[in-house]
Amino acid sequence: MFAFIVQRLFQAILVMLVVGIISFALFRFTGDPVNNMLGPEATIEQREALRERLGLNDSVPVQFINFIGNAAKGEFGLSYRVGKPVEELIATTLPATIELVFVSALMALLIGVPMGVYTGLKRHAALSRVFLTVSLIGISLPTFVIGILMILIFGVWLGWLPTFGRQGVVDLGVWQTGLLTLQGWSHLIMPAFTLALFQLTLIMRLVRAEMLEVQRTDYIKFAKARGLRNRAINYGHALKNTLVPVITIMGLQVGSLLAFSIITETVFAWPGMGRLFLQAIQFVDIPVMSSYLMLMAFFFVMINLTVDLLYYAVDPRLRAETLGGAAH
Amino acid sequence: MSPSDTPIQDRAPAAQAAGQAERSAAGKPALLEVEKMRVEFPTRRGTLVAVDDVSFHINEGEVLGVVGESGAGKSMTGSAIIGLLEPPGRIAGGEVRLGGRRIDNLPYEQIRRIRGREIGMVFQDPLTSLNPLYTVGHQLIETIQTHTDLSESQARKRAIELLAEVGIPAPDRRIDQYPHQFSGGMRQRVVIALALCVNPRLVIADEPTTALDVSIQAQIIKLLHKLCREHGAAVMLITHDMGVIAETADRVAVMYSGRIVEVGPVREVIRNAKHPYTHGLMGSIPMVGHDLDRLTQIEGSMPRLTEIPPGCPFNPRCPKVFERCRHERPELIPVEETQVACWLYDENEGATANGGRSGSHG
Ligand SMILES: Nc1ncnc2c1ncn2[C@@H]1O[C@H](COP(=O)(O)OP(=O)(O)OP(=O)(O)O)[C@@H](O)[C@H]1O
Ligand SMILES: [Mg+2]
Repeated sequence: MFAFIVQRLFQAILVMLVVGIISFALFRFTGDPVNNMLGPEATIEQREALRERLGLNDSVPVQFINFIGNAAKGEFGLSYRVGKPVEELIATTLPATIELVFVSALMALLIGVPMGVYTGLKRHAALSRVFLTVSLIGISLPTFVIGILMILIFGVWLGWLPTFGRQGVVDLGVWQTGLLTLQGWSHLIMPAFTLALFQLTLIMRLVRAEMLEVQRTDYIKFAKARGLRNRAINYGHALKNTLVPVITIMGLQVGSLLAFSIITETVFAWPGMGRLFLQAIQFVDIPVMSSYLMLMAFFFVMINLTVDLLYYAVDPRLRAETLGGAAH
Repeated sequence: MSPSDTPIQDRAPAAQAAGQAERSAAGKPALLEVEKMRVEFPTRRGTLVAVDDVSFHINEGEVLGVVGESGAGKSMTGSAIIGLLEPPGRIAGGEVRLGGRRIDNLPYEQIRRIRGREIGMVFQDPLTSLNPLYTVGHQLIETIQTHTDLSESQARKRAIELLAEVGIPAPDRRIDQYPHQFSGGMRQRVVIALALCVNPRLVIADEPTTALDVSIQAQIIKLLHKLCREHGAAVMLITHDMGVIAETADRVAVMYSGRIVEVGPVREVIRNAKHPYTHGLMGSIPMVGHDLDRLTQIEGSMPRLTEIPPGCPFNPRCPKVFERCRHERPELIPVEETQVACWLYDENEGATANGGRSGSHG
């Protein structure tokens, strides 16, 4: 167990280092930020001062070491666009994105898994057909179309939910949460569902397919032949065996939730990292872009680590393999 | 563990007595009675009949061997009895009775209670029969608790006893291990423990050793046989191995194309096979004391379900075929201690039958 975690942590650090190099390279290959920040009228002295402040006069390896060292401390330099430290910008936008993604993932799981189980067990029920048909919509419509439709229906026609922004936020010091007020939720629910819909249908279909698959296995047949109760067979034996692929996909999907959140945040004017990133691209705001890149890489690495640990918890065979089958 | 620790229902003596008679004379029904059972698979291209009007019985404590070529419907018959046919397969006709009570039309909850409790089942592949995510102890305890009122710790104690009984060393330690930590043979022992854990009256073992290493097949069969005798369970032993049948079974049923073509006491069927198919089947098995060059082979192969010929399904391959076999389907006809579905033995065919028999006996 311990060796396994150490090994994975080592891999994680390696990945982060590579991403660090790429992020750093962004600075080298995207022109001179000084022009962007100061405009063509600035004097030579002004330019030199800014170059010094941004650390652009150091040698490349020194710049890289400084860059990694600062990143590890959570310092990502000054934004070319707003001239503020990037970590401040992140601190104001990260909670919005994390809460959006978190609630989306939860929705996708809490709705997708039961729907998948239901459609897997009651293959021929009318409701299963409804679920499957509706899920086609979730799979085939692009996120922004769904978002716009939701805004049209619940925001404009029915007038039930606000259509943009994030309000009702409570400041907890380091974290501004929108999860503590009703208003916060009313702003969150639509973008979160929009973002969740694709994953939800994916999970539902995956769980359904896995349930159908598992039900054909010998151990389910044997469990039935032993007269176990339906509930024990379906949830204890069948569902647990579908968990490994669901965990894999969910892990990958949390990553793509982060990626897709850029679109959702734009549609709903959600003040998150995705929007920050889009603005950064328009302005060639390299520090923001590179720190976004690193942060995303960090999230992916953490998610993968979590997925590995979950496998470990669910499947005893993996435990034996990674330990070299010591239990014999 | 002393033998008195294990509750053993003593059914064996009664069973041996009953084994001789076709059905016990006192009018008490046999343990399992299958009567004209028909299993169908509706498909797009018409209905397939996998088991066609099969009738047989198993007495208390008796071992009934079921043999036949691949696809003869042996597994279907076993699954149908316990109500585990894969949809769309279904019992389309006939009756299955356990201890005189009809069980083929029971509501789900009632047939569920019979599974495991009254009829245990052992499948072919021990590697896939156990849920990989649970310890063997969990699976044993779960099964015991489903059918009894035992507490968790009592069930665990019982589970350890069972593991010891099936010959697993250090059962109090092995009980907390996962299936992948057991070898194939050991896993089949666990499967047997699971099938017997609440003392069912009948165990259906569907090729319980086919997937195992040849070197341990005999052990496992012996174990199954011994335990079932000790627990007083009758066995329906489905196998390809006539050697196994000869050693363990009391009676044997021979299946062909979804029908029983011959059923009777093992010695009778092996030594004095009546149906030409059985005869061919016995002729194709190498036996100690016989010359290998006398091995014979039945020409052709069993027809697919869609191509079963009218009359006797064996008629295209039968060396003794005559006109009637091509039109009329033979029912089981009692001949001495056996029953055989062959027109050679119909009284009305008189002379032909006797001629056929004396000629076919080798
Ligand atoms: N789902 C199904 N749909 C249609 N026919 C089926 C289905 N499953 C099995 N069959 C057919 O039913 C017949 C009986 O199959 P069964 O498994 O009982 O044979 P078996 O005697 O157990 O053979 P084996 O020795 O290979 O196990 C076979 O001809 C098979 O092709
Ligand atoms: Mg079979």
